[in-house]
Amino acid sequence: MAEQAAPGAQARLFYPGYAGHSQISGRTLGFWLYMLSDALLFTALFAAYAVLDTPMNAAGGPVASQIVNPIEGFWQTVVILGSVTSYSLGTVAMKSGHRAGLVWGILGAILLAIVFLGFGFGDLAALAAHGAGISRSGYLSAYWVLILTHAVHMVFGILWMLVMLAQIVRLGFNEMVVARLLNLRMFWQFQATVWVCVYVYVYMIGA
Amino acid sequence: MQAQLPGPWSPLLGRLTLDQIPYQVPILQWTFAGVVVIGLAVVFCVLYFRKAGYLWREWLTTVDHKKIGVMYIVVGLVMLFRGFVDGLMMRTQQVLANGPNAPGIMGAQHGFLPPYHFDQVYSAHGTIMILFAATPILTGFQNIVVPLQIGARDMAFPYMNALSLWLTTAGAALVMLSLFVGDFSAAGWVGLIPLTELPFSPGTGVDYWMWAIQISSVGTTLNAINMITTIVEMRAPGMSWFRLPVFSWTTLSSNIIALTAFPVLGVALALLGADRYLGAHFFTAGNGGNLMLYTNLFWIWGHPEVYFLILPVFGILSEVVPTFSEKPLFGYVTMVAATFAIAGISWLVWLHHFFTMGAGPDINGFFSVATMLVGIPTGVKVFNWAFTLYRGRIHFSVPMLWALFGLFLLLAGGLTGMMLALPAINYTVHDSVFLVAHFHCMVLLVVAAAFAGVTYWFPKLFGFKLDEGWGKAFFWVFTLGTVITFAAMFALGFEGETRRLDWTFDPAWKPMLIVEEFGIMLYVVSIVCFVIMLAVSIRDRAKTRLAQPWPTARTLEWLTHTPVPFYNFAVTPQVNMRDELAWRREHGLDQAKPDRYEAIHMPSNSALPVIIGALAGVWGFAMIWRIWWLAGLSLAGIIVCVIIRSFDKNEGYYLQPEEIEAMETNLAIGAIIAEQPDRSHSSIPAEAH
Repeated sequence: MAEQAAPGAQARLFYPGYAGHSQISGRTLGFWLYMLSDALLFTALFAAYAVLDTPMNAAGGPVASQIVNPIEGFWQTVVILGSVTSYSLGTVAMKSGHRAGLVWGILGAILLAIVFLGFGFGDLAALAAHGAGISRSGYLSAYWVLILTHAVHMVFGILWMLVMLAQIVRLGFNEMVVARLLNLRMFWQFQATVWVCVYVYVYMIGA
Repeated sequence: MQAQLPGPWSPLLGRLTLDQIPYQVPILQWTFAGVVVIGLAVVFCVLYFRKAGYLWREWLTTVDHKKIGVMYIVVGLVMLFRGFVDGLMMRTQQVLANGPNAPGIMGAQHGFLPPYHFDQVYSAHGTIMILFAATPILTGFQNIVVPLQIGARDMAFPYMNALSLWLTTAGAALVMLSLFVGDFSAAGWVGLIPLTELPFSPGTGVDYWMWAIQISSVGTTLNAINMITTIVEMRAPGMSWFRLPVFSWTTLSSNIIALTAFPVLGVALALLGADRYLGAHFFTAGNGGNLMLYTNLFWIWGHPEVYFLILPVFGILSEVVPTFSEKPLFGYVTMVAATFAIAGISWLVWLHHFFTMGAGPDINGFFSVATMLVGIPTGVKVFNWAFTLYRGRIHFSVPMLWALFGLFLLLAGGLTGMMLALPAINYTVHDSVFLVAHFHCMVLLVVAAAFAGVTYWFPKLFGFKLDEGWGKAFFWVFTLGTVITFAAMFALGFEGETRRLDWTFDPAWKPMLIVEEFGIMLYVVSIVCFVIMLAVSIRDRAKTRLAQPWPTARTLEWLTHTPVPFYNFAVTPQVNMRDELAWRREHGLDQAKPDRYEAIHMPSNSALPVIIGALAGVWGFAMIWRIWWLAGLSLAGIIVCVIIRSFDKNEGYYLQPEEIEAMETNLAIGAIIAEQPDRSHSSIPAEAH
């Protein structure tokens, strides 16, 4: 039995000074796992949306085709992808140690994110003004919560970017700051991907 | 946009008013008195023995996975006791309130609990036992054992590990608080919809239930990320995947389940929250809500959750059975495959919780077959354990007794589960106590494995064994209580008793209800045995100190000193075989010492996790009572804490080789290292490496 193999003369029992895993790879894996759980969260929200996207669940209120505007949604999509591009160009600048380039990239990303949120909150305010608030029908509840959950992700992303701006200035490009900036890039792409799903699923199919 | 509230609300205190404190209920008066007395006794002891500083430095702010694991288990055991008292009240109520002429006291028409109070008791029992007892206890074992088993010094994210613990504790504290401020949910641990909606549950009970689960499940999700990363990234050199001990394998699979399932629970509860707080219509009976959406979302989490609990239990059995059979585990590879098969199938069976929804024969057929499929990998496991026992040199130590009893419970619970998997049978016994008895066999398997784990790993942490005699007394009384209570409950299910009855109207149930009450009294006796076992073991600790408590243990955690020092391994071991320790022992290498030591990097303690946990508890309380300013403030506090942490340059400290050598020499002659060296002034700056 292989389990019974006798130890050879060189059988090594200890590994002094074993370096272990790299902290960056652990953090990156951990962050991917977090995004997996976050993706599951959106999956459940999309499932709820699919269940409630019927005329019956609209309960006499507006249905998808009456509230979504795929043209405006298209411009929102362009803006959010622009924000991701701006951040990514910033990290390209980081690669060459170009601090100002990164700061400008992040500022651009924040600005475009605020433009996006402005569009989104404008839409929601218009809906509320027309009596199509979250409490109007089961369908509208699903619509509002899906849009707002994505918006909350963006708000936390913006907050994170502001913190990172302070850290770049105060701490420079140390190992942890760079690791956080790279995770933030993944997060920012993740929330944009979620938006693309929202656009396809809610705006394009709904229209 | 706040939903229309029944009752008063003020900006300063939200829904909180003085008459929300149920000081006129006699049961709660006594409970409150008990909590105050025990609480004061604990505080007095800590102050009298001058241990406040020690408690803060070594426990509350610790990031050591072993201490965090111990605290998880302590929280779990306290909540297990609370959940048990709920069970005791239910059993006693049902036996007292039997038949149309049953007398009533303390405001109840029958028995001693009015219906609304009884409903809270069973809701709390289920919620507590699943989420605040079983989950923390098993998480605790995973925390303690997995890093040791894989030859690591700590978890991948020690700070986040502490955060997970304190979030879980905050949730548990909210559940306990609901005893004395307001009330708890009366809508079942599953949150029966639309009963949990605001018009039907206008109080704060459902909010307590919802936010307590929500906060603790954030902790569970973070812990899952931590566990998976630890197992994937931090195995010792030579620890290839197929040398990984089975408990670590089951931890991995169970945490993959947690990571993917808990977000769905979070969504289900958040949407319910939108209904209750913002007046949304996800699950309302009118206005375009969909009741079954909630039930589906809940059980899409709920069934994987069951396997999230049971898989680590299988892991504990797979550690205990080989150790006390003096044989390697039979069929290691099939055991691993079966573990992942169960984890995979766990996603495909949720609908069997509501076969009677009326989904039609095709859907019921699919979920019935999927459910029965679970029996195949589970059967593989049972046969593997049986073949491990076969011709082994079996020691009937306390952990082994628990493990063997666990196998019987698995058989009883598994076979009745197969019966319930058939929709035709399911329609007959749906929501009867037959079902309740079935799943109690499964969750008591969790408890049995938990006590196997407690007795098995206790000496690893504390250096002395738990008393064998009292441990056996505890085991036998507990076992007898289990068999008597749940055999009677199966019978009552066949006699047609449905679950959640505050008044057992049929006098024909009386004999079996009395048998159940007798069984639950045996549990009371078993708790006394448990406490005596702890007291006797602590009293006699000097006599039972052993360098190797279980001389037949096989896995890497037993290679460390007993009790295990805070740095785990003085030198990272090189793994050569599956069951490394058994292999070393066989070849006379188990006493081998490393020839040199190198500096060890250790993480520093942090007060932030316990502060964030406390803030999360305050936030939950504020959300429950709708005190918006306090909710906003505590949430802002949490965010500020997280940001402070991200600016923290303290990256731990190094233990120098001379220090390690000195400690190792002391350990070898039986000393105990209780505290870490004080390094508060000499942490390494971030730029140093």
